[in-house]
Amino acid sequence: MSESASASATHGQHGHGEGETRRDFLALAATAFAGAGAACALWPFIDSMNPAADTLALSTTDVSLAPIAEGMRVTVKWRGKPVFIDHRTKAQIDEARAVNLGELRDPAKDEDRAQKAEWLVMVGVCTHLGCIPNGQKQGEPRGDFGGWFCPCHGSHYDTSGRIRKGPAPLNLAVPPYKFLNDTTVSIG
Amino acid sequence: MSTTENAPKKNGIVEWIDYRLPIFTFMNHELREYPTPKNLNYWWNFGSLAGIVLVIMILSGIFLAMNYTAHVDHAFVSVERIMRDVNTGWLLRYIHMNGASFFFLVVYIHIFRGLYYGSYKPPREILWWLGLVIFLLMMATAFLGYVLPWGQMSFWGATVITNLFSAIPLVGEPIVTWLWGGFGVDNPTLNRFFSLHYLLPFVIVGVVVLHLVALHTHGSNNPLGVDHKKNPKDSIPFHPYYTAKDMFGLGVFLVVYALFVFFAPNFFGESVNYVPANPLQTPAEIVPEWYLLPFYAILRSIPDKLLGVVAMFGAIFILFLLPWLDSSKVRSATFRPIYKQLFWIFLADYIILGWCGAQHPEGAPLIIGRIATAYYFIHFLVLMPLVSKFEKPRALPESISTPVLKTEKA
Repeated sequence: MSESASASATHGQHGHGEGETRRDFLALAATAFAGAGAACALWPFIDSMNPAADTLALSTTDVSLAPIAEGMRVTVKWRGKPVFIDHRTKAQIDEARAVNLGELRDPAKDEDRAQKAEWLVMVGVCTHLGCIPNGQKQGEPRGDFGGWFCPCHGSHYDTSGRIRKGPAPLNLAVPPYKFLNDTTVSIG
Repeated sequence: MSTTENAPKKNGIVEWIDYRLPIFTFMNHELREYPTPKNLNYWWNFGSLAGIVLVIMILSGIFLAMNYTAHVDHAFVSVERIMRDVNTGWLLRYIHMNGASFFFLVVYIHIFRGLYYGSYKPPREILWWLGLVIFLLMMATAFLGYVLPWGQMSFWGATVITNLFSAIPLVGEPIVTWLWGGFGVDNPTLNRFFSLHYLLPFVIVGVVVLHLVALHTHGSNNPLGVDHKKNPKDSIPFHPYYTAKDMFGLGVFLVVYALFVFFAPNFFGESVNYVPANPLQTPAEIVPEWYLLPFYAILRSIPDKLLGVVAMFGAIFILFLLPWLDSSKVRSATFRPIYKQLFWIFLADYIILGWCGAQHPEGAPLIIGRIATAYYFIHFLVLMPLVSKFEKPRALPESISTPVLKTEKA
């Protein structure tokens, strides 16, 4: 006990040249090893804040389309967020498809945004700062392009949910979804 | 490792800050230069280990609290969700669960080291008291935390321990009702226990800071119990000698701790606590966690409700009086032939008490428990004062360096 302490003290006083580099190397290696270990040990703590298995298990929502008449817009909840389902009219589809892609801020063809032309499915969250755009309910402003209008900072979306005017950088996002049959869509 | 290496490195930003807030001077003074006795053995590792375990407990506890629900209908399920669904939640919980046991193990070694080497003697009485306050706070925190998973042992442990206060004459019943916030252990109890379980560790941190201030005022005691400040040759700087030694000890400790966390995570636990709390049925056996067993044994040894509770709390409070019960000027048991033997008998007595605490309180274990309880108090109230008066200690070295230098010459 006391011997080892005094022994290392003597080494320290005489330590120069070769002995010193060897000790420096050991100190550096040990510190680096412990540092790497501490960094690895932090990962479980950080990862525990990611979505848990039961949260992830809730990540699909099935919606029946039967009660949604043409021209109707319906909002459903998926992963705690609103999803807009728009049963579009012929006029709305034609309007969306007639647009010249060159004038779009985030160019995307309407054909690529809707698996079935009459059903538009989008995450109803403005790509600017996360508000829910108006236009789902009767009488709400739909903006200059007949789609959606975000009241927070005035972003206008067209009948394909593409950004046309205002501060938002991107089109309304299309979530992964598939039609289980003609009248049921599974989001997620 | 000479003096130049221990001097703080010159750095413009560091100096600018240090001139306004001398935090670097402070750290250099307390963690690098800090003169430490050169003969500390490995028993002196357990103070810093306890500090590190406290940090591990707070860290894992904060992350567990992010997924825990303090409600009687959800608490048990939320803990099971942590075990099954939360990413690495099982690991965090096992770290926290076993961390409690290892915290007490480390602190018990730390306390018994203090008893052997007389670390409670002048001028370290307040340092000793602050340590005992930390120990009391730890027991409260551990008890509160054990209630949170809301298993059978949580519920009935909480019922039994809160009922201890009903032993107080006249005001006992109102106090217990006040502790519960109702007519039994229920949702209000669980809510306040969670609140306090989150609070107390930070109170412990505060008392630990005071403990360290008191420690650094006169420095560490040492295995010889001779003041290391008399002879300049007796001290070495804390860094790198004791930082390296503490880190090495930490490495060994973490290996053992990890073995339990990964390979025997429920070794210290009671399987009954994986049954959800049922206020209508008491489990066959109510046993506290191992670290509380000796005090539990003292409680059960005395066939009177009030006296049992008094004896249990008295067993801890008696430790506050040690600096006066032991009047010997010699600190280290190394130089006290009789006290040294008493120390080991007392340690055995404490372990026997722990064993009794885990048995049914009848037959031989009850009798052994009563003898061990009696000896516990005889040790402190009779043997210690007498021995410190009549024992003839061996000759003390003048300084820590003296015996070492003699052997070197020989």
